[in-house]
Amino acid sequence: MAIDILMPALSPTMTEGKLAKWNKKEGDTVSSGEVIAEIETDKATMEVEAVDEGVLGKILVPEGTEGVSVNTPIAILVEEGEAVPDAPSAGSGEVHPAAEEKPKAAAATTAVTAVSAAASEPEKDWGETSEITVREALRDAMAAEMRRDEDVFLLGEEVAQYQGAYKVSQGLLDEFGEKRVIDMPITEHGFTGMATGAAMTGLKPIVEFMTMNFSLQAIDHIINSAAKTHYMSGGQISCPMVFRGPNGAAARVGAQHSQCFASWYAHVPGLKVVAPWSAADAKGLLRAAIRDPNPVIVLENEILYGQKFPCPVDEDFILPIGKAKIERPGKDVTIVAFSISVGTAMAAAELLAEKGIDAEVINLRTIRPLDTATIIESVKKTSRLVTVEEGWPFAGIGAEIAMQVIEHAFDWLDAPPVRVAGLDVPMPFAANLEKLALPQPDWVVDAVSKIV
Amino acid sequence: MTEQNTMGQSGSADATAGRNHPGLTADQLKQAYYDMLLIRRFEEKAGQLYGMGLIGGFCHLYIGQEAVVVGLQMAQKDGDKVITSYRDHGQMLAAGMDPRGVMAELTGRATGLSHGKGGSMHMFSREKNFYGGHGIVGAQVALGIGLAFANKYRGTDEVSITYFGEGASNQGQVFESFNLAALHKLPCVFVIENNRYGMGTSVERASASKALWKNGEPWGIPGRQVDGMDVEAVNAAAKEAIAHCRAGNGPYLLEMSTYRYRGHSMSDPAKYRQRSEVDEIRQKHDPIDHVRNLLKAAGVDDADFKEMETKVKEIVADATEFAKTSPEPDPSELFTDVLVGE
Repeated sequence: MAIDILMPALSPTMTEGKLAKWNKKEGDTVSSGEVIAEIETDKATMEVEAVDEGVLGKILVPEGTEGVSVNTPIAILVEEGEAVPDAPSAGSGEVHPAAEEKPKAAAATTAVTAVSAAASEPEKDWGETSEITVREALRDAMAAEMRRDEDVFLLGEEVAQYQGAYKVSQGLLDEFGEKRVIDMPITEHGFTGMATGAAMTGLKPIVEFMTMNFSLQAIDHIINSAAKTHYMSGGQISCPMVFRGPNGAAARVGAQHSQCFASWYAHVPGLKVVAPWSAADAKGLLRAAIRDPNPVIVLENEILYGQKFPCPVDEDFILPIGKAKIERPGKDVTIVAFSISVGTAMAAAELLAEKGIDAEVINLRTIRPLDTATIIESVKKTSRLVTVEEGWPFAGIGAEIAMQVIEHAFDWLDAPPVRVAGLDVPMPFAANLEKLALPQPDWVVDAVSKIV
Repeated sequence: MTEQNTMGQSGSADATAGRNHPGLTADQLKQAYYDMLLIRRFEEKAGQLYGMGLIGGFCHLYIGQEAVVVGLQMAQKDGDKVITSYRDHGQMLAAGMDPRGVMAELTGRATGLSHGKGGSMHMFSREKNFYGGHGIVGAQVALGIGLAFANKYRGTDEVSITYFGEGASNQGQVFESFNLAALHKLPCVFVIENNRYGMGTSVERASASKALWKNGEPWGIPGRQVDGMDVEAVNAAAKEAIAHCRAGNGPYLLEMSTYRYRGHSMSDPAKYRQRSEVDEIRQKHDPIDHVRNLLKAAGVDDADFKEMETKVKEIVADATEFAKTSPEPDPSELFTDVLVGE
């Protein structure tokens, strides 16, 4: 049976090309894989290999012809002894039907901007609390989840024998043994990839980065391997895992060890990002992160590790991911913050109260998915928005929050939103300069004073 | 661990006598022939569909390398996990994944293995223990030791077969993975598919190491260079490597000397090598011709070959028809599978 040889597309962008040369002439025998012609594409001169075997019965497009469209029949291949038809068979050169089909209208809003209706469900009362440090809360969360699920394990640098570079994993090796609390060499790219591969089989690794700064060594696995695999596999393979470690400015460690990654990771579909402030946040959110079937980034803060907060003693205590907390109700201005900046915002609220300004402070707890509903509901009440974060201002979390408010509550705003953020510089070392680079309560007071 | 078969030395076309490794039985050779032929014909068809505009983007064909994956697959047992790079169609077919689902993914259809959201480079099958399909050069090596880690964590004797090219073998994370796998005695067979060119850069221009099979030596990882055009040589080496890993002795490194006939991807003009180099390997060292000659010598006649050829053609034609006629994904699929449970 005669087979039409079609002008091939030889690059993703090629629509037509020049048939530069025929390497075979009519009557020649052609075998699979043999070069039959040369074609100049938009990028290069390419050789065309025969796919089928036979005799080159007829050349339809002579060499030197320019502007030959992809899928045009350029020759007819026949079997040995078969008569050569004069024209290409009907239906050849047809255009792939899907290419002509008009794309159907895509969804108008993205999942990120959709505002959930469940804005202000009251937070569950977990009863009795005790004062513990954020460090203890994180350790207790891991221990509780490791007791609950054999598939959960912790790996990272100095997590086992050293008891944690910041003592967060203190005692875990003793309780769970070296099978489940695993010291890693200084090889973030390698061990993050290893943990992600293990998660693809259904295990639930907790990857501790000594600080989140070192997650940059491994960011390819976090984004390209962990965050995207569920989507790219059509839902077959997921990565139920946690990446955690201290994030943001530490004290006097200079630019490479002091920066906030909230905006970096919050940008990525397929990831969840939480940023606890209090001990209760830390315990409740880390437990939720470990149980979550998706990759979750837990942005801790070194300065907070030693701070004490009341934390529910209930064994089942856990917090939902994606739900912000109103730390301080108020009516005059909404201050949105996360992680250590919640403390800054709370201090600012006290100063503002002395001036007669009643600020509402929202502790985001989760950066992605953002609890836009709680923010919007608050702004509809206060008509003013100030965001506070330690990260850099450009394309920071404050920018996203402001945009969400503009999209969903523009008519309620009585003044432009104001961002308070770390200064747009690498973190300096000198004590005085470092302090100047990080948001202070009075920055927040000044920001609020501009718009109230 | 020091055996050196460069490509073709045991792949001579006429001799079964020259085999210096335990051979496969006639039935196994027939299966190997069939499996390799399926990959060859499938890939030729994929190349053709790309030319017709039915497959877009990147498309990396496995033609020429068939003996590697088929020889390894025949040495594996159920439950062993496989992971590879973006040149993954051969691995998927060898793993027994449905040719229809693979081809339909190549054409970006709803019936593709990843529902049209992965494409040529990103396909998976938990059922067949195939963990992708990874587009970032070298990333699958660290992930592959993770599969091995999971086997060990769960206390099974299953192994991870982790494929990567000689180009990827220069990535830092590959060496990190060697260290971690050796340190934790992970059951991982590292398989370097040395097809001589990382895109357009020959291995000589990319690796100061002149013996990639020795790249694990600093970590005490045993290695072998294997004629990757000889499915029996591959199979024999694979059995040894897998047995080593299964017994709890840690990782093993196989360097497969192989060759890709086609460009790095479909849009590769292949100006970095002579046509005569490709032709010579095709004519003298083709892995499928090699097995065909062994089978002929063992008494398999033309009718048997014809039957296998016909069956393969039917499967490929059926997969192609399926891939062409299946619908594109519904726009509602845009937002599914981003997160589990949402």
